[in-house]
Amino acid sequence: MPVELAFDFVSNSAAADVLAARRGWSGFFTFTTLVVILSSTIRLAVPYIFAAIGESIAQRSGVLNLGVDGVMLLGAFAAYYVTLETGGPWQGLGAGLTVGMAMGVLYAFITVTLHATQDISGIGIYLFGLGFSDLLFRQLVGTPIPIERFEGVFEFIVPDERLDVPYPNLYNHSIIIYLAFLLVPLAWLTVSKTTFGLNIRAAGENPEAADSLGVSVVRTRYTTIIIGNALAGVGGAALVLDKGIYFQNITNGIGFIAVALVYFGAWRPLGVLAGSLLFSLVTSAVLEWRTLGILTGAAAQLTEMVPAVITVVALVIVTRRIGQPSALTQTFSREINY
Amino acid sequence: MKLLEMVGITKHFVGVLANDNINFDLNQCEIHTLLGENGAGKSTLMKILYGLYNPDEGEIRLRGETIEIKSPSDAIRHGIGMVHQHFMLVPTLTVAENVSLGLRSSRHPLTDLPAVSKRITELSELYSLKVDPDTYIWQLAMGERQRVEILKALYRNASVLVLDEPTAALTPQEVAELIHVLKKMAADGRGIIFISHKLKEVMAVSDRITVLRDGQVTGEITPAQTNESQLAQMMVGRPVQLVPDRPKIKLGEPRLVIQDLYVDGDRGDRAVVGVSLEVREGEILGLAGVSGNGQRELAQAVAGMRNVVSGTVKVGGKDTTNKHPKVVRQARLSYVPEERLYEGTIPSFAVSDNLILLDRRDKRFCQYNFMHFTNIKEHCLNLVRRFLIKTPTLETTTSDLSGGNIQKLIMARELSGRPKVLLASQPTIGIDVGATEYIYSQLLEQKADGCAILLISEDLDELMVLADRIAVIYEGQIMDILDHQEADLEQLGLLMAGVKENVPWLHRQMAQPLSMA
Ligand SMILES: Nc1ncnc2c1ncn2[C@@H]1O[C@H](COP(=O)(O)OP(=O)(O)O)[C@@H](O)[C@H]1O
Ligand SMILES: [Mg+2]
Repeated sequence: MPVELAFDFVSNSAAADVLAARRGWSGFFTFTTLVVILSSTIRLAVPYIFAAIGESIAQRSGVLNLGVDGVMLLGAFAAYYVTLETGGPWQGLGAGLTVGMAMGVLYAFITVTLHATQDISGIGIYLFGLGFSDLLFRQLVGTPIPIERFEGVFEFIVPDERLDVPYPNLYNHSIIIYLAFLLVPLAWLTVSKTTFGLNIRAAGENPEAADSLGVSVVRTRYTTIIIGNALAGVGGAALVLDKGIYFQNITNGIGFIAVALVYFGAWRPLGVLAGSLLFSLVTSAVLEWRTLGILTGAAAQLTEMVPAVITVVALVIVTRRIGQPSALTQTFSREINY
Repeated sequence: MKLLEMVGITKHFVGVLANDNINFDLNQCEIHTLLGENGAGKSTLMKILYGLYNPDEGEIRLRGETIEIKSPSDAIRHGIGMVHQHFMLVPTLTVAENVSLGLRSSRHPLTDLPAVSKRITELSELYSLKVDPDTYIWQLAMGERQRVEILKALYRNASVLVLDEPTAALTPQEVAELIHVLKKMAADGRGIIFISHKLKEVMAVSDRITVLRDGQVTGEITPAQTNESQLAQMMVGRPVQLVPDRPKIKLGEPRLVIQDLYVDGDRGDRAVVGVSLEVREGEILGLAGVSGNGQRELAQAVAGMRNVVSGTVKVGGKDTTNKHPKVVRQARLSYVPEERLYEGTIPSFAVSDNLILLDRRDKRFCQYNFMHFTNIKEHCLNLVRRFLIKTPTLETTTSDLSGGNIQKLIMARELSGRPKVLLASQPTIGIDVGATEYIYSQLLEQKADGCAILLISEDLDELMVLADRIAVIYEGQIMDILDHQEADLEQLGLLMAGVKENVPWLHRQMAQPLSMA
């Protein structure tokens, strides 16, 4: 679980003082806690938004990619390594994007050109990403060295007199967070309002119909898969550039939750955003309980399960499947389909 | 000069010669029909024309010039449009979105749906193809979907329009309207290729008819020079009895009694609304209706495969309402479902396994829970021979058989137990003339044997030929029950469309295109 995200500010002594003043349930219902939770919600949501929006676009065209987490890991490592070498987080972000696109080409070749079964291929991609990112990390870096992160660009508006949280990174967000939120309307516009979006939806609902009108199902799916994987790579990069560090399996399943969020959001960008935020909100609230000592010992350990449990419960509740592309996971080939 | 010529077209699939050196041509202003049984190679030829398949040999000429068609976009570019046998529409998109798919938008990269809608409205007024551009495809009836398919081709300015079995899912009125529209489009200078195996409409619509059998052209003729039975013979390769002799049977006791039945559909809607029907010994009761009006739910409820909300079903005097299918079967009801591949058989099973499915617990075939293969084989060979099922071996996978042979397999299984009641749903839909003739003879043989048959069908000609009485279902209700002698096509068609009172002007208006056909 991405526990470290919310804890990385609790490491100095000034923090310990403020924290001591807010311990327990009484400390939970304070304005400061609200700011802490909301800020960390937004930060936590970023990798989910990138990965899940990307995955939703690919799924709208009929392609399921279970390898998102593996691609995120590769993107994360690429971003870490390039930032470490060049000293620039922008270069790192670009590296994550590029690696994601490369993985997209690979996955599209496997599933679209070679007609391989999507679910099994996706798991293969995940295992490859998991193993290969770790191998590269050990061969090229070895021990984790902190890297440069994005600077905050805009301040989260908090009244001065209420500002008893001395940690600017809580309310001063980096550019990448704004990019993530900008992605949502952009994805909506693309899918719902452009001819390319029309092709995407047709390829995902009835590829034969699209093909019979001269829409290239192959090209459409290649494009969406590359976009989806590129965004997964960016999601991994965003994670590393927020933490400023890399370690083995740093995503810890974020990519799989992202796939679940696509279902939760009923394949709509706004739904995916809502799911990402809800999920991050619960995660950060639970983390805050632990930080404030409301939950201790075994109970605190158990809370690590909460996000996973929520995912399952939410998916059970939201199994309407309304909006699921009819041709999801179906391969397309003229001689076979007609 | 010919508008279109297809010369020496040959196409192999693994083990099948689908098109064998076929020559076919089309003039401007002409409706040229391709007639042939299922598997004759009609769709294959047209898919070659539309760039979906590449021919092994042969060439295509448009206005005298040889052209290469490698994909549907090539075909569209050359002004060839196609309405496929299975509609090529995206149900979750609107009419306008479907029509504009694949075309460059005037506001590229954004879509320009208002402009598309405007043009669709113009075209639909010009050809009286009424449809609202902003509705979703899933909201449309089959006839309306067909219009969208035609509009798609018109929107792309097709000068050659192919319609592959366009009447399969239409009511008689809709067929008449379609014929009307096709004639108008031909009169405007287009060439139209019409595919069907229904002889009546072929005679009505065609300027010229080319008959295909087993991938070869067996004749080219005009309707004036021929008649239905000659066409049938050219199609099948032997004389065919289109209208079977109806055995004179004295009707006996009621065998299937359905009383005030209410059944819910899959979406929780009320699919069957207070239906009461009675089928007597030796009687065939036809149930006419456009599919989706509750026939499927009614059949499933009677067969014990769907729960009844209220009302009763009696089979042979025994109350089988909401009983397990096993109980219904024990009351000697046989069921030939509409969905033959998945409800009627287990497609991945061998032919013999599917034939034995009902009797698998019979002492002859099952001893101490072990299958008795010698007996099973003998029994199945018998059935295959008696019911003329064309299969390479008994071990052949069922889904590899053609539709007609799968249907014969189901009939063999269901009729071998000499049922008291037979529930047959669309037994000949999508099946060619030869197999249809055989299935008719089997149904009539059962009738002569005293079986009570509820025959659910969309094909009114079929009901007129077979049924003693015809009930019409619309939106889950029985509109009327007519004796076959007093029923006529127009009246049945109106009832199927939900028109009960005999409104004279409406009657005349809807009858007009039909009489023209
Ligand atoms: N994609 C395909 N692969 C293999 N065989 C096919 C394929 N399409 C059609 N066939 C075979 O070719 C023959 C002609 O089929 P088709 O053109 O669909 O007939 P029709 O449209 O006249 O009913 C049939 O025997 C059919 O099984
Ligand atoms: Mg066909």
